[in-house]
Amino acid sequence: MQLLKGEKEEILACVKEVLGENSKTHENLIPILQQVQKKLGYLPALAMDKIAEGLKVPAVDIFSLVTFYNQFRLNPPGKHEIKVCMGTACYMTGGDITLESFERRMGINEGETSLDRHYSLDRVACVGCCTLAPVAVIDDEVEGKVTPTRVDGIMLALEEDREDNAIEKSGPKVGAEDE
Amino acid sequence: MSKSDPQSIYENIKREARLRVESRQEKPLIMVGTATCGVAAGAMQVKEDFAREIDDKGLDAEVIEVGCIGHCYAEPLAIIAKPGFPPVCYGNLDDGLVHRLVEDFLAGDDPSYEYAMAALERNDEFPTFEDFPRGVYEEKLILEHCGYADFSKIESYVARDGYSALAKALSEDPKLVLEEVKEANLRGRGGAGFPAGKKWEACLNNGKDEIYVICNGDEGDPGAFMDRSVLESDPHLVLEGMILCAYAVGAKQGYLYIRAEYPRAVEHVRKAIEQARTKGFLGSSILGTNFSFDLEVFQGSGAFICGEATALVNSMEGRTGMPESRPPRLVQQGFRGKPTVLNNVKTFAYVPLIINKGAEWFKSIGTPESPGTAVFSLVGKINNTGLVEVPMGTTLRQLIEEVGDGLPEGSQFKAVQIGGPSGGCLPESALDVPIDFDSLHEAGAIMGSGGLVVMDQEDCMVAVARFFLEFTQNESCGKCTFCRLGTKHMLDILTDITRGEGDLETLEHLKELSEDVRDGSLCNLGRTAPNPVLTTLRYFYDEYKAHVEEGRCPALVCRDLILYYIKPAKCSKLCNVCVGSCPTEAIYTRDDGLKAIDQEKCVKCDNCRKACPTEYDAVLRLSPPVLPGEKERKAK
Ligand SMILES: Cc1cc2nc3c(=O)[nH]c(=O)nc-3n(C[C@H](O)[C@H](O)[C@H](O)COP(=O)(O)O)c2cc1C
Ligand code: SF4
Ligand code: SF4
Ligand code: FES
Ligand code: FES
Repeated sequence: MQLLKGEKEEILACVKEVLGENSKTHENLIPILQQVQKKLGYLPALAMDKIAEGLKVPAVDIFSLVTFYNQFRLNPPGKHEIKVCMGTACYMTGGDITLESFERRMGINEGETSLDRHYSLDRVACVGCCTLAPVAVIDDEVEGKVTPTRVDGIMLALEEDREDNAIEKSGPKVGAEDE
Repeated sequence: MSKSDPQSIYENIKREARLRVESRQEKPLIMVGTATCGVAAGAMQVKEDFAREIDDKGLDAEVIEVGCIGHCYAEPLAIIAKPGFPPVCYGNLDDGLVHRLVEDFLAGDDPSYEYAMAALERNDEFPTFEDFPRGVYEEKLILEHCGYADFSKIESYVARDGYSALAKALSEDPKLVLEEVKEANLRGRGGAGFPAGKKWEACLNNGKDEIYVICNGDEGDPGAFMDRSVLESDPHLVLEGMILCAYAVGAKQGYLYIRAEYPRAVEHVRKAIEQARTKGFLGSSILGTNFSFDLEVFQGSGAFICGEATALVNSMEGRTGMPESRPPRLVQQGFRGKPTVLNNVKTFAYVPLIINKGAEWFKSIGTPESPGTAVFSLVGKINNTGLVEVPMGTTLRQLIEEVGDGLPEGSQFKAVQIGGPSGGCLPESALDVPIDFDSLHEAGAIMGSGGLVVMDQEDCMVAVARFFLEFTQNESCGKCTFCRLGTKHMLDILTDITRGEGDLETLEHLKELSEDVRDGSLCNLGRTAPNPVLTTLRYFYDEYKAHVEEGRCPALVCRDLILYYIKPAKCSKLCNVCVGSCPTEAIYTRDDGLKAIDQEKCVKCDNCRKACPTEYDAVLRLSPPVLPGEKERKAK
């Protein structure tokens, strides 16, 4: 995914800050990656390179770590992050159907971010409210009983947000890709 | 005793805490359950509603957050403790009910018992939770205060004798802690049931210089949340257990490894550690003694395999979480190559109780081989979903029928899944199995994490087995060939079966493959991954057979084996509900006004069947997926 304008500087500054706050040991590698992801929302390749340099470990080690753990993401999260629960109770009440409905409506697959970065779609395992199954987490708010009709309602609200946004910020943001 | 012995120091801290807590008890206290599921059900809004209504009326009452009350089915929940009344628990709260409770109970003196679930103390007016069947079987040891106490304040823990086990232990020889835990036969609650005392002793004997204590809060079972609830709702209990363990084995540093998906648990535990340090229960010279120990939180990164002991340590050291072959065991060579005690959240939570009440007390609960209680998260087709704690030896039937209040109307029991991806599915005939480490193992399931899912006639056993296998296959760390490729192959076979492909030989092959994976894998992820498959094959063979031989899914779940059909005789021409409910516009109106489904467009989402008014119930699922018309044609 291409970096947006100003993103490169942001990444460099963030990695520098986090490396400054932690002692540069191998043991701190995962906490460092977590902190960078928390700030940036994901782990861009550039950030991984810089962390590798800082800790003097091969970049491929970091890459294999990041791909091993589910928590780390390589693509930027969308403006709206949707996570569909695929835990036991949710699966049994049709979580897979819910996930498919989101995929269909967003035109992306699970694990992906839409090109305009408006949406990202992921699966999670049990978020602990199985009573409300099937459950989806919309921008950190847990929603219960998410049937395909409910998916349409949620999508409608999120689409509206896009239109507001476009009017508000028309101009600079569009096409502001990094050189 | 001198003024600076741990007991006296502790008594001072406790006196202060009691004063603080008592001063709060002079006014009404509203405790809103804000564990993760409460929040999802709208608990924060309820908390705000209470605060606003109280403010509007100019009342003097305090609204606080508590953790998991355990009755998730009635969320959002709150307890109102008003001086002069027994504390009362209310469920299914909304703004209307909040308004009413504030007006009638807080401003007035009418506890509105018609809306109450139960009282929390014996009284002459209203039954308590113990008076319900659930209360008769339940015995809360480690969940006793979950949801009934302010998790955010250490005073609330200390005022109810929290950290008194530590003060007591510190006045005595560390060996006594070890002896008591050994004598209690406390078995690890993380799944395998290994005696904690033995583990600690081994560590103590190996540890010349550094020893680490680690709490396993990875809780990877995708349908269980007991550890999360304990960490969120009563964090000091776990900390105290860990400090006691550290004292027994002589550790100076410990860690809580908590799952990435549990931000609230991490937050609560971090805060609790901070508070414990301030009071002198953690850090250097604990309670004035020369024993020093400190704790830190390590956040997991979302990998099921990291719940496995050696993988967990690898991940703490900044590597990929792959298990190592043992020996050396962690008690010989663990974190940073030093002897390490690793126990589950619940295992540690029992320790303060055992030290306070003694091994004999602990052994008087449960069974001789598995003393104490078992904690389960009950979900699926059961009325009382939530967290429960029962003595070991309770039967599954009692747990489901009495504690869980049975299945909802219209549901017929089919199976109960215990132990998550490593566990198994047990049928009706196994319901009288007592819950303990060994009996469950014999039946083919495991105690495991404590996830318990009740299934009915609408749940397909093949699909359930496939679900768990997909999970383990995804989570296999890839180190062992059998686990990596074997589970993949098994998953492919199961997927075929859910599509009606294969024959009886396929089932035989699946069974053999399961056994190979079980025997050929290094760690318990691989070794137990086949359990859901083996138990369903063993107990629900006919269901597998229907899939492969008739192309039929008896539970009407497997989507390749069903189709949706609107029965003309049942459809009311005038109602259009299903048309609007369909996300793919698959439903059209025929020339005669009846509705019908375009099978090409239908994605089998079940919406129309749910939407069709009950008086018509016109939408059917058919399996095998053959339209009635076609059947007749074929018959001709
Ligand atoms: C794949 C796998 C996942 C595990 N996940 C957990 C877990 O989430 N929590 C846990 O306490 N133990 C888990 N265990 C068991 C641990 O390896 C270990 O036995 C346990 O934490 C020891 O604590 P205990 O003796 O108190 O049960 C897991 C084991 C395996 C093989
Ligand atoms: S059995 Fe599976 S998860 Fe366990 S070490 Fe082997 S490959 Fe990894
Ligand atoms: S099952 Fe879903 S997709 Fe199929 S007809 Fe009904 S509503 Fe439409
Ligand atoms: S399985 Fe989805 S919330 Fe538990
Ligand atoms: S009462 Fe809902 S988390 Fe327990």
